Amino acid sequence: MHEMTLAESVLQIIEDAARREGLRHVRAVWLEIGQLSSVEPEAMRFCFDAVARDSVAEGARLEIVTTAGAAWCNACSAPVALVELGAPCPRCGGYRLRPTEGTGMRVMELEAE
Amino acid sequence: MCTTCGCGLGEPGVEGAPHVHEHQDADGAVHAHTHDGAPAHVHAHAPGLEPSRMLRIEQDILAKNDAYAAQNRGAFEQRGIFALNLVSSPGAGKTALLVRTIQALGARFSICVIEGDQQTSRDAERIRAAGAPAVQINTGKGCHLDAHMVAHALERLDPPRDAILMIENVGNLVCPAAFDLGEAHKVVVLSVTEGEDKPLKYPDMFRRASVMLLNKIDLLPHIEFDLESCLGYARRTNPDLVIIGVSAATGESIPEWLAWLEQGAGRAWAMGRSIAQRPDSASQAPVARSTMP
Repeated sequence: MHEMTLAESVLQIIEDAARREGLRHVRAVWLEIGQLSSVEPEAMRFCFDAVARDSVAEGARLEIVTTAGAAWCNACSAPVALVELGAPCPRCGGYRLRPTEGTGMRVMELEAE
Repeated sequence: MCTTCGCGLGEPGVEGAPHVHEHQDADGAVHAHTHDGAPAHVHAHAPGLEPSRMLRIEQDILAKNDAYAAQNRGAFEQRGIFALNLVSSPGAGKTALLVRTIQALGARFSICVIEGDQQTSRDAERIRAAGAPAVQINTGKGCHLDAHMVAHALERLDPPRDAILMIENVGNLVCPAAFDLGEAHKVVVLSVTEGEDKPLKYPDMFRRASVMLLNKIDLLPHIEFDLESCLGYARRTNPDLVIIGVSAATGESIPEWLAWLEQGAGRAWAMGRSIAQRPDSASQAPVARSTMP
């Protein structure tokens, strides 16, 4: 995924909230990044710091929480844990997997004044 | 920078269209903030010593794009338009395949094209030379098309009912995967001059595609490309992938691709008709509304 575009989306969400709630400065941002989201947390940090300059979130601390990946295995007809896309099913070793959890990225919380 | 959609100087442009947006008014009121239910009041604190509060957001990063994509999709379905998102590495042959497709089907189908590139209108010009209307989106520094850009392009292109709409994305196997444009299917183009292990290296894109067109098969006798492994990797990544080996240069197996297209277009038309026949349907709705939430 392209972390720069995603960082800009994170900033937009923050700026929308800042307008709505009258925030003057955002001190910290909690992001939830799924294991299967193809988002690289360190790249996210770098890009967020860059896009947040001169914004209401300049210098904000980025807290990243990784959420576990899971998938439905069509062969096992059961939910299984999945740590990365392209990995085989931990139960049967097959690839008939449909990712069900840990695929997205969300802005969870802000600490702001 | 436009704070509603992020557009601004050096940002995406649709050729020939003035860069105008209509936005809902932002709430311009200055808010007095509250602390833990205390009455609203305005106060000034020493910097660094301000008490802060926690604000629950829980918003998906891609929610805005998904909303625009859903709008695009709804408009396509209502008008019987079969919309495809063509993705590949740069140089796999997307434009050449489109030209072939237009030459073969253009007399019987309305084919319209949205082209996406960082710079130039060269691809749109090639499409127009082949006989189909095309609008070019230049993303500037951007590496993928998004649903909002596509909505703007649709305002200019205004595809007729029952059209086949091909959206040729920026050449990039990474970023476009995450950005829904409202299409019915993603079509991934891989050429035999690339590595056969690409489906493993870029699983997200191959997993999200419905069809893989393996292009330039006329070159197979001249190169070392492990075809069986490539097909195996592709099926491992996406067991439901429809795989068609083609050559845009020679026309080999293009009829198979056209058959898949015609089937899909037929389904889209049927859906458009059934929607139009609902007593409460607004079957004359424009493809893209100029005001976006």
